[in-house]
Amino acid sequence: MSEEVLRIRTPIGIHYQYSAGPHTSSHLLGLMDGKFIGRRCPSCHLVYMPPRNGTCAKCGVLLAEDVEVGPKGTITTFCIVNVPFLGQTIKIPYVAATILLDGADLGMQHLIQEVEAADVRMGMRVEPVWKPRDEWEPSLANVIYFRPTGEPDADFESFGGHL
Amino acid sequence: MSGGTSEYTIAPDGSFTAPLELFYPYKRTVGPTLSRFLTGLRDQRIEGTRGSDGRVHVPPAEFDPVTGDALTEWAPVRPVGTVLSWSWQPTPVDGNTLQHPFAWALITLDGADTAILHAVDSGSADAMSTGMRVAVRWADEPSGSITDIACFEPATDPEDAR
Repeated sequence: MSEEVLRIRTPIGIHYQYSAGPHTSSHLLGLMDGKFIGRRCPSCHLVYMPPRNGTCAKCGVLLAEDVEVGPKGTITTFCIVNVPFLGQTIKIPYVAATILLDGADLGMQHLIQEVEAADVRMGMRVEPVWKPRDEWEPSLANVIYFRPTGEPDADFESFGGHL
Repeated sequence: MSGGTSEYTIAPDGSFTAPLELFYPYKRTVGPTLSRFLTGLRDQRIEGTRGSDGRVHVPPAEFDPVTGDALTEWAPVRPVGTVLSWSWQPTPVDGNTLQHPFAWALITLDGADTAILHAVDSGSADAMSTGMRVAVRWADEPSGSITDIACFEPATDPEDAR
């Protein structure tokens, strides 16, 4: 061998044992049952979805009560993905959106399909499309994507405080 | 990149636990100095760079620790050296080249003035000592990386043992 060494492989990996904790656990249990479970702050009444572990970011008090939210929601903000990247499985252009589920005060990210990217807008009403039930896991990946419900758009006032 | 959630467990109190594998398959270019060093290792040759104060750095320093200038003068060193300090690894982890207990050691190779970190296959911690003489065990299949030195082992050649 006479060729010079120009590069090296330095793979690095970490094996975690991830414990979800009580708040995220009830959320994950809900997903196994086709439900979105958030948690309410007993002080300011904000509903975290997905629920944070521990405390309300505003009040610092322990989140207490499980609350079922959704399944329908409203697109608050969105992004049209036009750039191909390694590992991409969805045909571009597609839309990644922040969705405020009905009854929740924290938006969550998900994919929007069954609509042209150019037709997606703030305030659009959407609903989840679930995987076949026998494929459900304790994961938000149980929802393949969200699609428009066809309902009239939500008023900006109804979600403007959650951007 | 990370794994899925299919191997989860649910404790009696309803809390979830699942393995999470975080893995990055990094590959990087090494630059001219390490390129020469690693190419040497592949050919069972160890070289260091000489600094402005005459000290030989192994592994090679790319820049002079004193002046900051790029170092371009090379000096060969021997595949035999002295343990400067060491620490016992009783339980090897994934990625360690040795999969039985071994020592991590800082080794000053003959002809070098700085030490290189590598594994010493001594069999037991009792066989390790500061100042002990060790020799390179080359990898069977060189790949142009630091693991072309499979490990060090206690020097047996009387001349090497000094």
